[in-house]
Amino acid sequence: MRKFVAHRAKTIITKATASLFTPHRIHPTSSSSSSSSDFYYYYYTRTLNRFFTSLDSSTSMSSDKSAPPLTVESLNPKVLKCEYAVRGEIVSLAQKLQQDLQANPGSHPFEEILYCNIGNPQSLGQQPITFFREVLALCDHPTILDKSETQGLFSADSIERAWQILDQIPGRATGAYSHSQGIKGLRDAIAAGIEARDGFSADPNDIFLTDGASPAVHMMMQLLIRSEKDGIFCPIPQYPLYSASIALHGGTLVPYYLDEATGWGLEVSELKKQLEIARQNGITVRALVVINPGNPTGQVLAEENQRDIVEFCKKEGLVLLADEVYQENIYAPNKQFHSFKKVSRSMGYGDKDIPLVSFQSVSKGYYGECGKRGGYMEVTGFSPEVREQIYKVASVNLCSNISGQILASLVMSPPKVGDESYDSYFAERDGILQSLARRAKTLEDALNSLEGVSCNKAEGAMYLFPRIRLPNKAIKEAEAAKKAPDAYYASRLLNATGIVVVPGSGFGQVPGTWHFRCTILPQEEKIPAIVSRLTEFHKKFMDEFRD
Amino acid sequence: MSRKALDYDQINENVKKAQYAVRGELYLRASELQKEGKKIIFTNVGNPHALGQKPLTFPRQAPFLLDDPNVGLVFPADAIAKAKMYLSYTAGGLGAYSDSRGLPGIRKENAIIIGDSDPELIYLTDGASKGVMQMLQTIIRGNGDGILVPVPQYPLYSAAISLFGGALVPYYLEETANWGLDINNLRQSVRAMVIINPGNPTGQCLSVDNLQQILRFCHQENLVLLGDEVYQQNVYQDERPFISSRKVLLDMGPPISKEVQLISFHTVSKGFLGECGQRGGYFEMTNIPPQTVDEIYKVASISLSPNVPGQIFMGVMVSPPKPGDISYDRFLRESKGILESLRKRAHMMTDGFNSCKNVVCNFTEGAMYSFPQIKLPPKAIAAAKSAGKVPDVFYCLKLLEATGISTGFPPEDDHFAGRGGHACNHGEFQEVQ
Repeated sequence: MRKFVAHRAKTIITKATASLFTPHRIHPTSSSSSSSSDFYYYYYTRTLNRFFTSLDSSTSMSSDKSAPPLTVESLNPKVLKCEYAVRGEIVSLAQKLQQDLQANPGSHPFEEILYCNIGNPQSLGQQPITFFREVLALCDHPTILDKSETQGLFSADSIERAWQILDQIPGRATGAYSHSQGIKGLRDAIAAGIEARDGFSADPNDIFLTDGASPAVHMMMQLLIRSEKDGIFCPIPQYPLYSASIALHGGTLVPYYLDEATGWGLEVSELKKQLEIARQNGITVRALVVINPGNPTGQVLAEENQRDIVEFCKKEGLVLLADEVYQENIYAPNKQFHSFKKVSRSMGYGDKDIPLVSFQSVSKGYYGECGKRGGYMEVTGFSPEVREQIYKVASVNLCSNISGQILASLVMSPPKVGDESYDSYFAERDGILQSLARRAKTLEDALNSLEGVSCNKAEGAMYLFPRIRLPNKAIKEAEAAKKAPDAYYASRLLNATGIVVVPGSGFGQVPGTWHFRCTILPQEEKIPAIVSRLTEFHKKFMDEFRD
Repeated sequence: MSRKALDYDQINENVKKAQYAVRGELYLRASELQKEGKKIIFTNVGNPHALGQKPLTFPRQAPFLLDDPNVGLVFPADAIAKAKMYLSYTAGGLGAYSDSRGLPGIRKENAIIIGDSDPELIYLTDGASKGVMQMLQTIIRGNGDGILVPVPQYPLYSAAISLFGGALVPYYLEETANWGLDINNLRQSVRAMVIINPGNPTGQCLSVDNLQQILRFCHQENLVLLGDEVYQQNVYQDERPFISSRKVLLDMGPPISKEVQLISFHTVSKGFLGECGQRGGYFEMTNIPPQTVDEIYKVASISLSPNVPGQIFMGVMVSPPKPGDISYDRFLRESKGILESLRKRAHMMTDGFNSCKNVVCNFTEGAMYSFPQIKLPPKAIAAAKSAGKVPDVFYCLKLLEATGISTGFPPEDDHFAGRGGHACNHGEFQEVQ
């Protein structure tokens, strides 16, 4: 019986001898059977021949033998090209200042760094929803479910929900890889939640649970982008995950400008205009990204506007990528969230009519569970063959983390009226949302009171995106410092006050305009100090640079 | 416009080309049968908890205690203390994005255990797979870039290389792999070499000699060495323990120790913890230039941060209860029990396979898999052909339908078919055969 050679498999890689590999060279093996040598030879030549014939000689690159392979010069250029300002240069500077303060308190004119650059609510003191954490804790350590002390420490409905969830997991094994789309029972709950929200049915098989919404966005970009000739429509300003992901996957970002004068309105006429330009440049536009509520702009689309967008996508054959992660963050009393799924179904467009991918996350809303990395995409309107490909890509990473999956199902089916935890859940949720609305208003008013600054209302999401009209002197100073003017402003602000914001150039803006993005997330008691420090800094800045 | 953007013929070719057999055709068929009510034993993927392995108590207490600070009555004091410590590492608890590289406190813990390591060069990731994908994306510029991958391999590598548009350059795992590949004369640059140690699916551990040879080779050819060491705690024989590539590299002294670029991967999914569902892991960079590290950081930052509970598992894994701690005895009992059971099953499976006609199976020295070779009779191969299937897939499907045992198989199957009927099968352990 032939021994498989791997049995004595010490991997020995011997340096190739001077001679080239030729098809006539028999691959020596330690097996005694001649058929095995034939076999390996056969395998090996087939592999190599296939390997050689698959080479595209026009793209051969010789490696530079004198330099190590992973230098900046030899990295994937798409990696070099992409940018992500939310955790970019300004944050590195902030971290350095923070270290200074720790080593040497008093070394700067402020006591602490206030991170207003990132939508990370719990890092700034927002509390998690108790019911959600109770269920998670029980699911993660089910052995305590039977203990009598547990009954006293956890609400009865959280215990019940934990049992329910555990029963949906084969073997109650929360440490096991799940189905690559996520645990079926959890997807059922999410589908039911989508149905309850929209009034239109949702199929659990359309749901792909992911480690946050971001990996799902990456997956779609990977699927859609074949070359730099493929374009993806993105709003300007946009959340820079999109520009980064498009760059990483080698595509082209096709911008459409949101209209600051009309509260960051999305006009279909602008879409049409930009589409025409892109096509004239030989770009095939494949998809339209809409962020609703908007990031960084915070606007909530009107339903009629959404219908126009759906029609546009249908007419032009675009996939609609609907980033809806801020669906629970709406502060304008006259606005409401309508999912694009609901809008398109209410227009009579079904699964066969329009390809639509809707993204949701556990990181935002009133739950703010950023660190858990939970989210999903609902994928509708694709053929089974394409769905198979999406599944295949999802399966390479095996599955998303189970805690995140559980949270996603809780977010989409929270306690209902009558449940034991309902009152406390509702109070927590309401408290957080109302506080966010108050902070949004306070900061918006403060920004609008600054000289040369105008700030649109934050109808939703977690950010303010004020426009700053910088004096020419400041712009020249920025140029001398080799920074974009808004980046210069942001770093001066940081050095003077410890407040970290992200320059508008990280999100995109109409050329010649400057903005920055500031979150509304610092706790309410900190807001007055932020306002006064910001106001004082801005006044001094304008005094220094006023024309 | 008649062609829709996501019509099948309009999607990225690299996606279509990529294959990931672990959850491919066979697994899908098994799932179908399971839905029809058939009892299926899944042996296709290294997923211990799904097959009844119990989670260790202490790690489950430490991180998840943090989810509810009211439960002091239910947990031992050392778990509570550990939990408080991890909480202090976070800025805002488990629900806040951490540093994109992972919580500094946990990276420090890992650096100390690895020994003489820089925490700034350890990046925590949502499972080792994410780290592998990130590195391959960074390295592969186009289809002129080749990556040396062992055959047989864990199909994450072939899938990822395909997705990023690179070329997989196979190398053999065998005694005298005089594979005669003159790198200089390839019409493409080979950028990196993957080693899986202990091997998946083959289970062998590399000796110091092997590793030195590999490192010298990488030094000569300017290859980045990607060391997949996720099974480092799964070693079932004593003759050849696990030795990390990094240790061997540093012991070799300059110039090699200062010049060879190495990325090492680890996970919480294997070992005796088996916490696959948490998605916890890391990669460690050695001799990577600072500017390159900046780019790697940038890509990591786009996904904001790895999941925090998974990070904490990484911490608890490398610094478990010590002798004298309240939870130590139970921890020792649980972890030893699992490893001894895995060792026992390694023997059982090997012996079992070897007792079958026309099956040869090498002893599983490590990892979690049996990789028996099955000599299929010509009639079987013919039947496979007429069914339009590769012979070992055909065998595995028949096995599944008859017994409910779902296995996996290497994706390069078409190379194994046809000649002498050799086929390879990839199975996992189970207590009941």
